[in-house]
Amino acid sequence: MSTLAVTQGVSEASTRQVDLRQEFNEVGVGEVLDQLDRELIGLRPVKRRIREIASLLLIERIRKRMNLTSDVPTLHMSFTGNPGTGKTTVALRIASILHRLGFVRSGQVVSVTRDELVGQYVGHTAPKTKEVLKKAMGGVLFIDEAYYLHRPDNERDYGQEAIEILLQVMESQREDLVVILAGYGDRMDKFFASNPGFRSRIAHHIDFPDYSQGELLAIADLMLQDMNYKFSPDAREAFMRYISLRKTQPLFSNARSIRNALDRMRLRQANRLVADLDRVLTNHDVMSLEASDVLASRVFRKASGE
Amino acid sequence: MRITQGCFSFLPDLTDEQIARQVQYCLGNGWAVNIEFTDDPHPRNNFWEMWGLPMFDLRDAAGVLMELAECRKVYGDRYIRLSAFDSSHGWESVRLSFIVNRPKEEPGFRLDRHEVAGRKIRYTTTSYAAGRPEGRRYGGS
Repeated sequence: MSTLAVTQGVSEASTRQVDLRQEFNEVGVGEVLDQLDRELIGLRPVKRRIREIASLLLIERIRKRMNLTSDVPTLHMSFTGNPGTGKTTVALRIASILHRLGFVRSGQVVSVTRDELVGQYVGHTAPKTKEVLKKAMGGVLFIDEAYYLHRPDNERDYGQEAIEILLQVMESQREDLVVILAGYGDRMDKFFASNPGFRSRIAHHIDFPDYSQGELLAIADLMLQDMNYKFSPDAREAFMRYISLRKTQPLFSNARSIRNALDRMRLRQANRLVADLDRVLTNHDVMSLEASDVLASRVFRKASGE
Repeated sequence: MRITQGCFSFLPDLTDEQIARQVQYCLGNGWAVNIEFTDDPHPRNNFWEMWGLPMFDLRDAAGVLMELAECRKVYGDRYIRLSAFDSSHGWESVRLSFIVNRPKEEPGFRLDRHEVAGRKIRYTTTSYAAGRPEGRRYGGS
């Protein structure tokens, strides 16, 4: 009975006390955070920040029940970091956290890039941007590589129009929509410098650090586990060397490079298995990646060649 | 005379919050919500003009309400209604529609009696507002 009264915020007496643990369990945000810890390797500062935001939202929720009104907290965020550091993955998680806490109504993530926001001729941009905004209402709008919206070299670029509409909606419909901008660190800084409006409307700037070698190996293990593969002990050792070599080469994009490397290794493994047709394959054979699959990589050849 | 048509026609005008709840119900059923407007209040006027495109793939009523606010800004002196289109096989038609905006003053209808042969009478209803040209019927310049 009393819980009903609390949720409606009508009872004076019962809104004085709230059992924090009960509230925490009820919302189920703990599960999401634990899942975040389990499934995302490393990213310690990011996780800390998300925990902080989750706590703030939990308290804000309780305050609302106690009729201590305050403005809806600004939840727009910007994620900066190198390629493959998990920005998109985290955005999806954030959406589900916000949804559980009741700060967005439907919890869907609409992921867009410049193409979906900016039109190709005069008068095309505004309806296009609004269309996307309408679809994202009640959820999270994730703008990947947001700095492409602004093209400083072209004065008549329609990107500016999209930015203006975005800024307006970000300000006036804060309770309906959360906008997350993502992109590489240095370019995002430039983007914010030329659009100060954006910077001030975003409360949470989260920087995604690069992964360490051990973290990358753990990520590889997790990815393989999802794909029902595993490393043989030799291959694992070889892959460790692969990571350390690959990290020093140009165009390294963290977890994404790891995923690509694993895909190529699966290719080589399949090729190796098919090369010998007169044999009976076991479960173990098709599951395990051998050292030779790893060592055939271009990365090693380059390293030994120099 | 207060024009009524569609759903909820026996209720007082819906508040924005109530409209949002109804729209959310439509979206929950997977219907696309459209905004239409007109200044010809005749009940046989089936063809209202559309405000923008039908809104497919929306998840939350806030998007529709945003468009409705825009439409009211421009055509606040006309009738505006929302209609929900069900595209699922076998329906493919409007499932629900209701008026969300009306002019401040609605002058109503004149009833014309047309006497024809054999003391028969034919009736015609004409909206007083429709006497003026389109766009100027409800005080719009």
